[in-house]
Amino acid sequence: MKRLVQLFEEIDTTTSTKAKVTALATYFQTAPPRDAVWTLYYFLGRKQKRLVKRKTIQTAVQELSELPDWLFEQSYTAVGDLAETIALLTESIGHKVFSDVPLHVWIEERLPFLSKQNEDEQKIILKNWWRELSTEEVFILTKLITGGFRSGVSVRLVVRGLVEAFQWDEAILSEKLIGEWPVTEDWFLGLGSAEREGLSLYPYPFFLASPVDGEAEALGPIQDFAVEWKWDGIRSQIVKREGQVAIWSRGEELISQSFPELLTLGKELADGTVLDGEILAFAEGKVKAFADLQKRLQRKKVSEKMVKENPVVFLAFDCLQANSVDLRDQPLGERRRILDSIVKDMNHPTLQSSTLILLESWDELLTLRGESRSRGVEGMMLKRLSSVYQMGRKKGDWWKWKIDPMTLDAVMLYAQAGHGKRANLYTDYTFGLWKDGQIVPFAKAYSGLSNEEIGKLDTWIRKNTLEKFGPVRSVKPLKVFEIAFEGIQLSPRHKSGIAVRFPRILRERLDKKPEDADSLATAMELMHAPTVDA
Amino acid sequence: MSPYQPRIPLISVTPRGLYCPRGDFYIDPWEGVDTALITHAHSDHAREGSQLYHISEQSLGIIQRRLGAEGQYITHSYSQSFTLGDVLISFHPAGHILGSAQIRMECEGEVWVVSGDYKRDYDPTCAAFEVVPCDVFITESTFGLPIFVWKGIEEETEAIYRWWKKNQEVGKNSMLACYALGKSQRVLHALAAFTDQPVLLHGATQVLVDLYREQGVPLIATQPATDYGKDMTGQLILAPPGAIGSTWSRKFGPYETGFASGWMRIRGNRRRKAYDQGFVISDHADWPALLQTVRECGAKKIYVTHGYTDDLSRFLCELGHDAEPLETLFAREEDG
Repeated sequence: MKRLVQLFEEIDTTTSTKAKVTALATYFQTAPPRDAVWTLYYFLGRKQKRLVKRKTIQTAVQELSELPDWLFEQSYTAVGDLAETIALLTESIGHKVFSDVPLHVWIEERLPFLSKQNEDEQKIILKNWWRELSTEEVFILTKLITGGFRSGVSVRLVVRGLVEAFQWDEAILSEKLIGEWPVTEDWFLGLGSAEREGLSLYPYPFFLASPVDGEAEALGPIQDFAVEWKWDGIRSQIVKREGQVAIWSRGEELISQSFPELLTLGKELADGTVLDGEILAFAEGKVKAFADLQKRLQRKKVSEKMVKENPVVFLAFDCLQANSVDLRDQPLGERRRILDSIVKDMNHPTLQSSTLILLESWDELLTLRGESRSRGVEGMMLKRLSSVYQMGRKKGDWWKWKIDPMTLDAVMLYAQAGHGKRANLYTDYTFGLWKDGQIVPFAKAYSGLSNEEIGKLDTWIRKNTLEKFGPVRSVKPLKVFEIAFEGIQLSPRHKSGIAVRFPRILRERLDKKPEDADSLATAMELMHAPTVDA
Repeated sequence: MSPYQPRIPLISVTPRGLYCPRGDFYIDPWEGVDTALITHAHSDHAREGSQLYHISEQSLGIIQRRLGAEGQYITHSYSQSFTLGDVLISFHPAGHILGSAQIRMECEGEVWVVSGDYKRDYDPTCAAFEVVPCDVFITESTFGLPIFVWKGIEEETEAIYRWWKKNQEVGKNSMLACYALGKSQRVLHALAAFTDQPVLLHGATQVLVDLYREQGVPLIATQPATDYGKDMTGQLILAPPGAIGSTWSRKFGPYETGFASGWMRIRGNRRRKAYDQGFVISDHADWPALLQTVRECGAKKIYVTHGYTDDLSRFLCELGHDAEPLETLFAREEDG
């Protein structure tokens, strides 16, 4: 446990990527494999269950520190993280007797034992454990118990750490880490071997595009690129191997159950085929809004009615495996040729291939990009025709060039304290628009301001509070902000009658008074459904 | 306990700050007034523009430096009484920074004490907090939640030292953000237990370090950071929080950043401010010290100001004290 805590602290207290990788490498080299495999499991963000009710942990710590409920809650609000609050409150326990129980014993023996006890026994066990542990260890342990552990490093960095520690092959390693695997010493030690059994339905690590920042022209001649519309869907791979089909999301989650019609489609693919693409809500020849797609994701089992009412297509844009041959080292142009022939031969209603637009000049692209909004797309994708299919977000070959967002000027109405990094600070804001002489809330946004701006705003909020409702304050409706968002839809669930996608703050409009803010009617005008075929 | 009604409203809250009508003076006023009593020299307490300042003897140098030498200052030694109007006044050590004072006011047999900022922890760079028995106690509450419990200064200073050495090994400097007045000197004093290697200072810190030295506070050897160039490595540099990340800090070679502050008790604060390391060192009373002080001063009425006012006063009431928040116009302090 102490080693894991040390690793966590080392990663947490540096901003240098190199230092993080070194810390990971050193850890993996020196930790016993039986512990290391669990660290790997948690660092890759694997599924964790909550083992004990929040209330039980909270009561145990309140009993120890003799705190009333409300004061615990206030402390939690100030810290913004439950496990950290618990850890800080356990620090004042006197007479600690420290121990160092190995991580695998915690996870394989102690935690399962804890989860099987009744509430009173759980409290006694927790209190005893806290006496053995430093504040930092209580923090990590509580994260493990509540299922909320996050390493703070990307999968890619973890892989780099392993590669640096053991000189394993990065590509093979990345594939092996996908999907389900046994958390055992043997499995961990076998990660270095080139064998890939039991991986038959796993996807390839996704290759991700980087945002174009600045002038797109700087990327080189446009003739080197294939241009595609950027649709707002779910990035996924359809994997067909050994007669089985799996559909994986970009987050490496299995989403087959949400899309039965794509499973049907996958069954018709030849064995040893992997397609990369975007799942889109699609009806009557048109791409629908992302919200329609989300309805499908929200449930594990999708009814026939649901499939009928919210149909989808798979818009393929890459072929990573065909005839059981890994195509990732082939140039994009070649992969597209193979993809197009598969799509054509299949001639299946739920399988389309993305339109490739070949252009002669960047000016043509600018013109096309201007049509993005009316076409209902988020912008353009630019992929180098010669590019091989890499892993993760590697700059250079794949670019996404989003269109500028829609904006409205809105008045700040409420503020709420943030969590985690933003705890103890008013960082989550609700904004409103005019309607019949009143300002009605229309969007919540929390990102977009610099730390300095947040700090100033926090002070302003505290001085201009009208009312407090728990962690929320209503503020004098005086400040106007320019709010950007990607899409706008009617929504009976919202008071304003509309819902916006990805709202965020562009800037404060110091030049505008509340009466100059936009109205709900203006927002309605921005709304029009996407109208063009994929 | 039945609510205690102070016999005379010795202090009232006005838009210019705490005002004492019976003595016609303000305490740490927000804007210029005729007569100001200053608890300590931090800029959110000692503000310019007043005609006359009553201050503690030990804070004269710092306050002159900050508010100008021309101002009219009357200095008082700790515990020495003086009278303004109907009020008998004395300054008592608050243990916050050099020259910091609680202000005791007595009128018609009733005693009020305004704590200013204070701490109960060991700090040899200033006089230790004195418990002043009183009827009404106005306490700060910057860290008035049970999550705020300080470790000893030795432990955190050792952590600073280890961090410095670790960075030194990889050829990096260690840039430690420390409030220039009080915190820096406390850290510089404590570091002497671990090393005699000189510490480099930002100009703003240097000035105040010199003022502490003039008053005989022993500190580790220091040098102005600007004497060094880009090629220096492995140094510990103390600078005010605002200087880190500024053009000033870019003059130096690669460095890791740290921040010594009570706010570093919460991870989110450190991450939000983007410091690599946080060291929990505060010149304010932590939760146990706030409760201890309220208990020891024996006040029948507690007013809570400056921080987690609602929470501390509610908890004090639950413990059986008569406490309530005192709304003041102090800005939220960022640099505990």
